Amino acid sequence: MEKETFWQKLNRQKSSYLFIALPAILFFIFQLVPLIASFFLSFTEYNVVHMPKFVGLQNYKSILFDDPLFWKAMRNTVFYVAGVVPIGICVSLLLAVAIDQKIKFKNFFKSLFFLPTVTAIIAVSVIWKWLYAGEKYGLFNFFLIKFGRQPIDWLASPEWTLPSIMIMSVWAGVGYNMILFLSGLQTIPNTMYEAAEIDGAGFWRKFFHITLPLLKPTLVFVSLMSLIFSFQVFEQVYIMTGEQGGIGGVLNSALTIVAYLYDKGFMKFQMGYASALAYVIAFCVFILTMVNKSLMGESRVDY
Amino acid sequence: MAAVHEIGIRKDSLGIKTYIYIFLIAGAVTMAIPYVWMFVTSIKPLEEIQAFPPSFIVKNPTIEPYQDLFRMVPMIRYLFNSIFVAGCITLFNVFATSLAGYAFAKHRFWGRDKIFFVFLASLMIPWQVNIIPGFIIVKNLGWLNTYKGLIIPSMAWCAFGIFINRQFIYSIPDDLIDAARIDGCSEFRIYISVILPLIKPVLATLAIFTFLQQWNNFVWPLVIIHNSSMRTIPLGLAVLTGQFGANYAMVMAGAVVATIPMLVVYLMFQKYIIRGIALTELKG
Repeated sequence: MEKETFWQKLNRQKSSYLFIALPAILFFIFQLVPLIASFFLSFTEYNVVHMPKFVGLQNYKSILFDDPLFWKAMRNTVFYVAGVVPIGICVSLLLAVAIDQKIKFKNFFKSLFFLPTVTAIIAVSVIWKWLYAGEKYGLFNFFLIKFGRQPIDWLASPEWTLPSIMIMSVWAGVGYNMILFLSGLQTIPNTMYEAAEIDGAGFWRKFFHITLPLLKPTLVFVSLMSLIFSFQVFEQVYIMTGEQGGIGGVLNSALTIVAYLYDKGFMKFQMGYASALAYVIAFCVFILTMVNKSLMGESRVDY
Repeated sequence: MAAVHEIGIRKDSLGIKTYIYIFLIAGAVTMAIPYVWMFVTSIKPLEEIQAFPPSFIVKNPTIEPYQDLFRMVPMIRYLFNSIFVAGCITLFNVFATSLAGYAFAKHRFWGRDKIFFVFLASLMIPWQVNIIPGFIIVKNLGWLNTYKGLIIPSMAWCAFGIFINRQFIYSIPDDLIDAARIDGCSEFRIYISVILPLIKPVLATLAIFTFLQQWNNFVWPLVIIHNSSMRTIPLGLAVLTGQFGANYAMVMAGAVVATIPMLVVYLMFQKYIIRGIALTELKG
């Protein structure tokens, strides 16, 4: 190939920079600058009206050592994640395996299970708020009464608010994970199953000895994504508990960590403190990613 | 769907199959009930909503909740806002990320890999870190309560699109591009007439996915929009629930209006949406 002249080279590089210019500039202004700005803000006291005041590590100290609400939010979030992620993964995996069989109405089931994923989470939360309505109006309480149980104050009692949100989140999330599992199942060669059948393996044996081990890469990915995603739960909490100007429900029983950040930053306008919270959240997400990666180990499979 | 794993070969698997159908049907009912209940409630008159036991059958269906909805809140405006905002971001995303993806995949320029790495690394950063300074920047630009404020900062979330486009453009043979260069095509011309036609399916998937995401985006509008006429559908629905929470029929009518457009998009482009989800796995 002919050697380029300097001018040709410059001209070609010019077009390269032009091609990436627009996203790069936007990315710089609205992603990189905020990332650094919130790092600096996290060492200040800032209420939007007055200039930020440098306070050193005070925000981080307060968060970790004398903010019971932060720890409450953390406990709630861990409880939420520990419930929603494993249950969600089990249900969506079983749904995927069931749909992957030779069954009728395959596409109907698939579309239906996926529906909540394309419904705005706000709409989902609004619908479920009505399902959970107190006394006897709500559909769930009607079923409880019908089966001879006491109605539950789903979203107005400290012990039920968070579980109610968790049930809804599992419902809303299974379709997405199911699609990921289905595409993972497609990579498992049919011959594996045929060989196992000749050896007399039943459904569950095949599930535990073929499907599960070979699905490990997908399993790692799905669990990582749902961990990170659930840890940042916000919209559901906002709709289901954000009634009287506050957020988090009775006795903050459903206050999650991102909801707490929203409350501090955009309802109380303690933006320095909220920035420190944001960095604590980012740190947790990072740790989650690392722990998950090392726990699940080498995710490549050979067969 | 090439490989369908059949288990109906052995005799005893008939029992298993029954269980599978029971499981799937139970799942389907669980999925459908909230939607059905939403729709049923949205056409119920007040007496029937308060009636006990509640019923899935509406004796006197009414469109009054919808009339109330459109009278009390500017629902049409919210719909327009959502479509306009999500549409602009999607158009930009498809165009800009494929152009940048082309440069990252096929051009050699100073700092290319470093810049690409920064984009890629940003995928790890949760949005909570950006939202407070993002709000402050938008406030100082005077963009609160504007379309600019809704649209332009959201365009910056383009790392994933760039990554996907780079992946696909990378696999296009260099010969095609070189041939066009020898014919005297400019780089932009090559992008338009060589690259774009080849990555159309990826772009379609990316477009629908971006649109869906932006349509459902709630936190950013919540933070920067404080006047009624600029609300998007999810924000409008949230405020509606806060204000008229007791008027269940009207709130459910709002939920129906918020759900139907995406339902239509989903039914039309199901294939692309499902493919888009498989694409997200590439970044893992």
